[in-house]
Amino acid sequence: MRRRSTFLFTVMAFGFAFFYVPILSMIFFSFNASRLATVWGGFSTKWYAALFRNQQVLDALVLSLKIALLSATCATILGTMAGIALARFRRFRGRVLFSGLVTAPLIMPEVITGISTLMFFILLADWVGWPGSRGFTTITLAHITFSMVFVTTVVHARMLQADAAIEEAAMDLGSRPWQVLKDITLPVISPAILSGWLLAFTISLDDVVITSFVTGPGNTTLPLLIWSKVKLGVTPDINALATLIVLTVGAGVLIAGILLQRAERRRERDMQLAYRANQ
Amino acid sequence: MRATAAEGPAGTAATPAPADVLVRIEDVTKRFGSFTAVSGVSLDIRRGEIFGLLGGSGCGKTTLLRMLAGFEEPSAGRILLDGQDMAGVPPYARPIHMMFQSYALFPHMTVERNIGYGLKHERMTEAQRRDRVREMLDLVQLAPFAGRKPHQISGGQRQRVALARALARQPKLLLLDEPLAALDKKLREATQFELMNIQARTGVTFVVVTHDQDEAMTLSDRIAVMDKGRVMQVGSPTEIYEYPTSRFTAGFIGMATFFEGRVQGVDGPSLRIDLPETGTVIEARAAAGLAAGQAVTVALRPEKIAISRDRPAAANAVEGTVQDLGYFGKDSLYRIRLATGKLVLVHAVNARRTGADGRVADWEDRVWLSFDPEAAIVLAE
Ligand SMILES: Nc1ncnc2c1ncn2[C@@H]1O[C@H](COP(=O)(O)OP(=O)(O)OP(=O)(O)O)[C@@H](O)[C@H]1O
Ligand SMILES: [Mg+2]
Repeated sequence: MRRRSTFLFTVMAFGFAFFYVPILSMIFFSFNASRLATVWGGFSTKWYAALFRNQQVLDALVLSLKIALLSATCATILGTMAGIALARFRRFRGRVLFSGLVTAPLIMPEVITGISTLMFFILLADWVGWPGSRGFTTITLAHITFSMVFVTTVVHARMLQADAAIEEAAMDLGSRPWQVLKDITLPVISPAILSGWLLAFTISLDDVVITSFVTGPGNTTLPLLIWSKVKLGVTPDINALATLIVLTVGAGVLIAGILLQRAERRRERDMQLAYRANQ
Repeated sequence: MRATAAEGPAGTAATPAPADVLVRIEDVTKRFGSFTAVSGVSLDIRRGEIFGLLGGSGCGKTTLLRMLAGFEEPSAGRILLDGQDMAGVPPYARPIHMMFQSYALFPHMTVERNIGYGLKHERMTEAQRRDRVREMLDLVQLAPFAGRKPHQISGGQRQRVALARALARQPKLLLLDEPLAALDKKLREATQFELMNIQARTGVTFVVVTHDQDEAMTLSDRIAVMDKGRVMQVGSPTEIYEYPTSRFTAGFIGMATFFEGRVQGVDGPSLRIDLPETGTVIEARAAAGLAAGQAVTVALRPEKIAISRDRPAAANAVEGTVQDLGYFGKDSLYRIRLATGKLVLVHAVNARRTGADGRVADWEDRVWLSFDPEAAIVLAE
């Protein structure tokens, strides 16, 4: 028994080390005074300072943020609608196909999604002359399509837990379907919508593969910029930049998780209260 | 309080004048795919009454309520409210409100806003709306909790919020789906009377679904007993208990021992029925329509049978042995084995304090059972 738990512990420790040592070492070396990425030359924050003076980096950051904000918002609107539809309309023509189509991007290799999205834009440009050039619009559209599924999944799960009777109760009290959506459904699932938005935002912010397929000249997002810089060698300023991204994305995922967990705990507490009240 | 006890046996109650009928359910059937959940139900619900829908799990009670509320459309038949056909009228346009079994309170709204929710569809000023909510809060005695969220109040309080919310818009008909099922026994009994009280004060017609027969008997002016999607019998609690028309109703409401038999002779309302399981021919009374030779089932309620040590001078008496007894303090329930092996349930009040805990008989004692001709429920089946 004892031996086995030691073994399990070792395996787990290796596993975590495998995931987190590279990230921690990257953060560590971003404070390296030396120009050489892997030789410690004393503590310094000069690479962070250099980052904020680098116009190229700042431009990429602004572009990434703009794309992430816009695509996350659109993905949240579409994903919420899809999640509600999947949870509430049990039987409609093509439901299985719809749910398959919505969730396919979850398991589709990103390269495939990237290539097919690119092909789509090229064909579209051939047929209707739009989009003329690739860049902000095409990246945003691509991001919407693949981050929407995360919103859909989160909202769908929340909708399945919510008591459908409260929507019927609102309708019974005189509200038309759209009023029920506005007064009851959306407020009740709002934590899930918010965490869906945060997920979509962070996914958009750190995407490389799909973005690299659908971007055009002069439209370099932050992850693309890092990628192109790394090809010339890992420098401490890249470590600094990557550290900032890790922290941002980490914070986003953490907040989304906390929101969901809080909602979950509140539900549990309500249930316990209800149970105890009936004792 | 309830005038129903005077109505007498089934069939003698006059069919109400149409003005008395608030809801007329005409031959309503509901099918889900090939499954029939509600089958040819016809009912009249009278203005101002508490109408109980009683039946076992899955017999179609909720489905019938949901058709009244407008969440389901009947597959066949009509529902008329005040003479107006409700087909195609959506739930939000019906002056019928429902109190859900899970209460379905809006978790993100305070008690006050929950109760006031339906009022935003009424043409009234903000002040009138506030007055109405206050009135409802007072009605269910929840004024101190107006600002709380549903998860901050107890189960019994939630039940009252749900009731107040459903009553706020003054519906013509209130549907209550197992309103007391989520409460514990003590609270349930107290709430039963509160519910009746509130109904009397508001005058709103109630349809109450329950699978608890005691609850149905206490609450309802009239009860419909349902089984497998059909209505087996409609009547006052007394009619249903004392004059059941089917074996299902007799067994579902209260306890009874059933005997198979055959009519031997008819003399006006008096019958002689051969019950081989008792080894005797009994005397009974029944409405006309039975002929000699007809097969019948006789049901006997435990409390209608007297138990004694000595042979009584009653019309119907059989001898047996005490097989089993349950002592409940004020009364006892006996299981008596007749010579034929048939077991009969007998209920007796422990009126005296002497003897073995005041009981009439003890295990393995020989006893006599007797009952009046009027006590036997004769079911022609
Ligand atoms: N939407 C539906 N689709 C298919 N079958 C259904 C549907 N709703 C109800 N049923 C079936 O109809 C039957 C009656 O259901 P209903 O909910 O009316 O029962 P009930 O009398 O309210 O039972 P309970 O006391 O358990 O609440 C059940 O067998 C149920 O499985
Ligand atoms: Mg039910």
